[in-house]
Amino acid sequence: MKKTARFLSLMIATLMVVLSFAGCGAADNSNVFVLGISGPMTGTASTYGNAVVNGAQIAVDKINAAGGINGYKIKLIYQDDEATVDKAKTAYEKLMDNGMQVFIGCVTSDSSIACNDLIKADGILQITPSASAIEAAVNPNSFRVCFTDPLQGTKMAEYVYNTLGYRKAAACYNQDDSYSTGMYDAFKERFTELGGKIAVEAPFGKDTSDFNAQITKVASSGADFIYLPIYAEKAAQILITADSKGVKLPFVGGDGLDGIMNYLTGDLGKLAENLIFLTPFVSTDTDPKVQAFTNTFIEKYDMTPDQFAADAYDAVYLAKLAIEQAGITAPTAMDNAAVVAAMTQIELDGLTGKMTFDASGEPNKDAKVAKIINGEYVAQ
Amino acid sequence: MKSNLRKIFASRVFIGGAAAIAIWGVLALLIAAGIFSRSMQSLLIQICYYVTLALSLDLVVGYLGDLSLGHAAFYAVGAYSGCAFAVYTNLPLALKFIGGLLVGGICAAIVGFLISCAILKLRGDYLAIVTLAFGEFVRSIVKIIPGLGGTKGLLGIPSFDSRVVGFTASYIVLVLVIVAIYNFTHSRHGRTVTAIRDNAIAAESVGINIKRTKVLVFTISAFIAGLAGVVSGFYKTSITPGDFDYNVSIEALVMVVLGGMGSIRGTVIASAIIVLLPELLRGMDEYRMLIYAIVLIAMMMIKASPKCRALKEKLDGKINGFRSRFTRKRAK
Amino acid sequence: MQMLISTLIDGLNLGSVYALVALGYSMVYGIAKMLNFAHGDVIMVGIYSIFVCLNMNSLPVPVTMLICVAVCAVLGFTVEKLAYKPLRGSPSLSVLITAIGVSYLLQNLALLFFKSERRFLQNFLQLGSIQIGSFELPVISLVIWGTTLVIMIVLNLLIKYTSMGRAMLAVSEDKGAAQLMGVNVNRTISITFVIGSALAGVAAILYAAKYQNVDPYTGSVFGIKAFAAAVFGGIGSIPGAMIGGLSLGLIEALTIGFLPESLSAVSDGIAYALLVLMLILKPSGLLGKKKVEKV
Repeated sequence: MKKTARFLSLMIATLMVVLSFAGCGAADNSNVFVLGISGPMTGTASTYGNAVVNGAQIAVDKINAAGGINGYKIKLIYQDDEATVDKAKTAYEKLMDNGMQVFIGCVTSDSSIACNDLIKADGILQITPSASAIEAAVNPNSFRVCFTDPLQGTKMAEYVYNTLGYRKAAACYNQDDSYSTGMYDAFKERFTELGGKIAVEAPFGKDTSDFNAQITKVASSGADFIYLPIYAEKAAQILITADSKGVKLPFVGGDGLDGIMNYLTGDLGKLAENLIFLTPFVSTDTDPKVQAFTNTFIEKYDMTPDQFAADAYDAVYLAKLAIEQAGITAPTAMDNAAVVAAMTQIELDGLTGKMTFDASGEPNKDAKVAKIINGEYVAQ
Repeated sequence: MKSNLRKIFASRVFIGGAAAIAIWGVLALLIAAGIFSRSMQSLLIQICYYVTLALSLDLVVGYLGDLSLGHAAFYAVGAYSGCAFAVYTNLPLALKFIGGLLVGGICAAIVGFLISCAILKLRGDYLAIVTLAFGEFVRSIVKIIPGLGGTKGLLGIPSFDSRVVGFTASYIVLVLVIVAIYNFTHSRHGRTVTAIRDNAIAAESVGINIKRTKVLVFTISAFIAGLAGVVSGFYKTSITPGDFDYNVSIEALVMVVLGGMGSIRGTVIASAIIVLLPELLRGMDEYRMLIYAIVLIAMMMIKASPKCRALKEKLDGKINGFRSRFTRKRAK
Repeated sequence: MQMLISTLIDGLNLGSVYALVALGYSMVYGIAKMLNFAHGDVIMVGIYSIFVCLNMNSLPVPVTMLICVAVCAVLGFTVEKLAYKPLRGSPSLSVLITAIGVSYLLQNLALLFFKSERRFLQNFLQLGSIQIGSFELPVISLVIWGTTLVIMIVLNLLIKYTSMGRAMLAVSEDKGAAQLMGVNVNRTISITFVIGSALAGVAAILYAAKYQNVDPYTGSVFGIKAFAAAVFGGIGSIPGAMIGGLSLGLIEALTIGFLPESLSAVSDGIAYALLVLMLILKPSGLLGKKKVEKV
């Protein structure tokens, strides 16, 4: 009896597996170009994934309204990877099952790195909007819209030293986040190379909720400014703590600080005054493209777009240009190698600036510096 | 002669082995023939290592009756040590995998042995909290050990190119683990363990060495969790400290609890369901964690409710009756 | 020197919040003999209730505070009734797993309703800070110290000098005997939970005033550390919770302030490492009573 029961239950388990796969028949995609996004749509990092999907959707709608690519519409599909490595691989496979032709992802670095082997083997064009770790775009068929973490750190060190004239830095970084440590290590190297000094390091972890001890350490170090290579969420907490302790040093950071005004609403907004950060995208830019995008985004999703959304918008346009440049006339005639090769021949004047690519997959574009003045992001 | 053959065919080992091979054959065939979608193939491998992890926790929670909230720690130790072995040695892939399994399992077992020796005095709530704290501690210490990639994680772990081979390797580990756990729990040691769970004082009074048995169970459990870690690393090709947080321990706990605690079959099925849950409930991703929480609470309530207990006894009686009739028939 | 004193003040400030949260854990454990894993998450729900009151209705602050305590107390009562009460008499393993389930449930409900973004509260109990010598001391920290002390004293008095309190003590000693003596055990445990949850409400108010932010994981992250503090001090002991909280706060601040930078990556782990060591060396914590197991 026991044996039979065990055998039966194992059979049932197997049957379930078979049944669940039977449900996923791929739709007919012969007359659309399929673009796939994989990123966190639920969980702690869901803000980023949703921003990317929303930004890409606006680009897709706009392209489709204008006639699509060579007369064929674009279909946008996406999968949730919860920013975890094993789910990211399943999400990517799922997108491939559904006929994805260009991969706009992954949104986060760790997920993207985990998919490297698969993407390389499939040979499809990958344009990641926001995975900024060096290792996230090492495949010959991988390109990225954002700057790498080290590049951001280096650029900020130069800006702070040369333009702002600061010499002594205090750094608050998130030791559990490779985005933060990657940016900080490069900043430190370049800043000390230029002749600056790191007065104090006050790292924190992902579970830190009290930043008083960090601020005390920073305040007594005699630094000129505080470098925050972190995301806006933690930065907002640090600004509040610094304010309550009467620390009035200037704050400088990377593109993660974009969107900080969404956290510091109302009276808290004044805490972010004069915050300076490197960003590829400023939503108040007077450029008509940016204005049109910002307005559509606010209208559709009731919030100000951040750089994730803008990067995704540009990534979709890059995919369109590459397909056109490669001379792909129909979705059924997709040629991955040709599209990948076309990436180095195109130039996009996008929301995040004019960009071209070389074979390394990194964008050649200028960094912008934004400063918060009267609660608005102002390009410097 | 004839009856001997029949005995062999009817034996547990034979039926179990045949079932394992048959399932492997069917699944491998489906993968090789490309009938399984790619996402389903990757889920199959995930099922293998999640089941392994859940089984290792089941040894502690289900059989020993102690709550461990830090199994992610053993999982992490196994994954990091085994995968580091694979990254830093220069061997053929198969040897890297086998060596990685041994290194990962043994490292995890050593850690499990040490921690269980240290916490022998603790029971129940205290044990749960120490294991939780230990799990978080391991996660933060991994970041500063040189060669393990720090916050960014250990990258470039070798992986199997062929999906059939990847699945087969993970599946073999799983089957071996199931056989080992089955034999352990049905041995004299296994009965000792359940005796301690059911009544520690009574068990001690009949001469069972509680401390030694607990250390043994923790060490075996850690070894198996370590194996699961290595298999997961070979699938993921990169592991980060963030992959081994408290939520992983909870997810494993949900699998064990849903599987009925102390049941190999139940744990296997429950783990498979939980890994497949996003597939089964498409568009319900937002609610998945909520479902986990409800599963935990509901299972405990069902277990505690007198009505359900009565129902279970009745069912058990029926099954026993059926079983005795069945065995009598076979004996003839 | 200046920095050492500032860091010590930071540590005591943080420790007072830990102590306040640890009090709730300790009281419930002391009487009901169960780990209320969800205590931290009740606090999280309390902070969200403040957030909703402030942002959506702009109610006066005292009303908001009352609502927060009420929400927490009602939540504690409901959780106890629905999830814990059916398990009375079950093995501690079942109760513990249920508590973890409740904690997870509250977290994920919050995630569903409020999304994962951290929310920042505006203008809630902004008391400014006072200057003592060259040190800036936020008034809210003084309030937290004061409140924690008052709660500790009141709880002690309540337990020692009221009939309810004596009933609680009796239940914690021996449930069966208490029942035979005419104590309504179920009611006593329910009341313990309501008081514990109301304490969570107070902690929520003070946390919100001090940190001005909340996300669905605030309760569990902070709760686990506060729980560690309660165990450190000896769970079940109310002064122990106080001492455990303050020590944990001091240890954390000092590791951040003075640990060499190469080791900074483990600063989060140090609280946990100390907890493990403490329990291995003295399983009942600093002030905990040793339990003798009887057949």
